[in-house]
Amino acid sequence: MGFWPIFKREMKAFLVSPSTYLVLTIFLLLSGYFFYTDLIKFNWFNVLGKENLMTGLWQYYFNDLRFIMIFVLPLFTMRLFAEEKKLGTMELIKTYPVRDTEIIAGKYLACIAVFGVMLALTLTYVVLIGVIWNFLEIAPVMAGYLGIFLLGCALIACGLFVSSVTDNQVVAAIGTMGFFIFFWFLTWNEMIGSAELIAILKRVSLFDAVFDFFKGVINTRNIIFFLLVAFFFLFLTHRALGSRAVKGVK
Amino acid sequence: MIEAEGICKQYGSIEAVKDVSFKVEKGEVVGLLGPNGAGKTTTMRILACFIPPTRGLATVGGLDVTRYSLQVRRKIGYSMERTSLYPEMRVTSFLRFAGELKGLGQSKLKQAVPEVIELCGLEKVGNRIINNLSKGYRQRLGLAQALIGQPEVLILDEPTVGLDPENVSEIRQLIKGLTGERTVILSSHILSEVSMICSKVIIMNSGRIVAVDTPAHLGMVLQDRLATDVQIEGPQETDIEELGKISGICRVNILERLSDNLFKYRLEFEKDTDIYPALNAMTFEKNWVLREIQPVKMTLEDIFLKVVSKKQEPNG
Repeated sequence: MGFWPIFKREMKAFLVSPSTYLVLTIFLLLSGYFFYTDLIKFNWFNVLGKENLMTGLWQYYFNDLRFIMIFVLPLFTMRLFAEEKKLGTMELIKTYPVRDTEIIAGKYLACIAVFGVMLALTLTYVVLIGVIWNFLEIAPVMAGYLGIFLLGCALIACGLFVSSVTDNQVVAAIGTMGFFIFFWFLTWNEMIGSAELIAILKRVSLFDAVFDFFKGVINTRNIIFFLLVAFFFLFLTHRALGSRAVKGVK
Repeated sequence: MIEAEGICKQYGSIEAVKDVSFKVEKGEVVGLLGPNGAGKTTTMRILACFIPPTRGLATVGGLDVTRYSLQVRRKIGYSMERTSLYPEMRVTSFLRFAGELKGLGQSKLKQAVPEVIELCGLEKVGNRIINNLSKGYRQRLGLAQALIGQPEVLILDEPTVGLDPENVSEIRQLIKGLTGERTVILSSHILSEVSMICSKVIIMNSGRIVAVDTPAHLGMVLQDRLATDVQIEGPQETDIEELGKISGICRVNILERLSDNLFKYRLEFEKDTDIYPALNAMTFEKNWVLREIQPVKMTLEDIFLKVVSKKQEPNG
C-alpha cells in the first residue's frame, strides 16, 4: 500500500515547514478577530437579552470563517504537487510501484488533516462561550463546523487540482484563490440572470450550500454535494497526473 | 529482460526518440551512450514508466510498461540524472520512505536500509538532512533509493555525472559489483566509463540508435587515433618538429608554454603504435625532462565531432 508512506511524508513536510505555522497563526488571528467582532456585535444587539446565540453569533462567525478560508486554504494546497514538480521528485514517486490514486489520496488526506487541526483549534471559541454563558447548544454549532469542514474538503480538492497543473507554487496559490473567489461570487449578482438561473446557481454554489449547516441543519443532499465536488476535482487531478497510460501526452 | 520495439516519443513537434529498438538480456549490463539531447533520458523514462511512448512497445520482464506499469515498477530501480530528492528529509527516513513505497515490510526495511547505506557509502550522513548533502552524496543517495528492495532491473541515468574522480570510480565499482544478478541499463556520455562497466553499448544520436556493439569493438572502430598530453622541459620552440619524427606520431601541437623551456604538447598517434619507448629515448638523448604524461580520453562528443567533421571535409 502506497497511501500510508505518502500520507506520512506529507504530514511531516507540513510539520517541518515554517510556512505551515505562519499560515496557521494568520488563520487563528483572523478567525479570532472575526469572532471577537461578532461577539461584540452580538452583545450590542442583545441588550434586551432576546437574541439567539445561533442566529446572532455563530452564523455570522461561520460566514466569516468561509471568507478566511478563501485566502488561507490555497496557501496549504499550493505546495502539494507544484513543489514536487519543481523539485523533480514527481518523477521519483511516479516510478515507484504506487498508484496515482494512492499519491493523490495521501496528499489530499494529509492536507485535510492539517485543515482539521486548524479548525479544531478554533473550537476554543466554542468552549469559551460555553464557559461564559454556562450553557451551550452544542449540536447546531457542530453542524456549522461540519459544514465548514465539508466546504474545506471540497476547496482543498480544488486547490490540489490547481497545484497539479503547474510547477509554480505562486501560480497554484493565485489560481486556487481565483477559483474560490469565483465560487464565492457565483450567486452575488442576481440582476444578471433570470430567477431560474440564480436558483440553479444557488444549488451548485459551494458557498451557498453551507447555509443549511450554519442553521444547524444537516442535510444528506448537501453532504453528498460537497463530497461530489471533492471527487470531481480529485478526478481532474488524477487526469492531470495520470498520463502514464495515455499515449502521446507529455 | 528489457525490450524496446520501435519506440517513438514526441514532445509537441519535437521527436525526442525515433523508432528505437533494442533488447537487453537478463544479467546484462548495457550502456546507453550519446551526446546530450540524444534521447537517452527519454528512453529511460519510458522504460521506468514515467512517460508512455508515443508509438511502439516497451517491455520489462515481458510486461508492457504502459499497460502493466505497476507490475513493471515493482521490478525496477530507477535513478534520475537530476537527483531529485525531498530536501527536508533525513537520509535514513528518505530511504525508509522509498522502501515502504516499494512494498517492503517493517522487518525487511530494518535490514534493507542499512544494507543500501553501507553499499553506497552513506554511513557518515545517515542522519543528515538531504538539503545539506554534497552533490556526491546526493548522487549516492539517488543510487541507494534505486537499489533498495533489490529490484531485478536497474535503470540508471548518468549515475556518475557531476561527481569528483574519486567518487566516480567508487560508483563505477559499485555498479560493477552488481553485475551478474541484476539487469542494468545505464546512460553516459563518456566512452571510457561505459567500456569499463558495460558488456554492451547502445549508441544514440538525435533520437536514433546509431550502433549496438561491445565496448571494446566500438573503441577500436571509432578511435583511429589516440592522443596524449606531455610536458617536456628543455626543448626550444622549434623542436616541435623533432617530436613529429617519432614513428607513429601524426600530429604535434603546442598546447601551452608553461615557462621558457617548459612546453605542453599534444601528441596524436596511430592507434596500434607504441610511441613511449621512442619518446623516452629522445628525451634522454636530448637531455630533456619529461614532466608529465597524460593520455587524452576521448569522450563521445570528441568522436562524434570527428565523425561529423570527417564527413564534411570532402564537400568543403
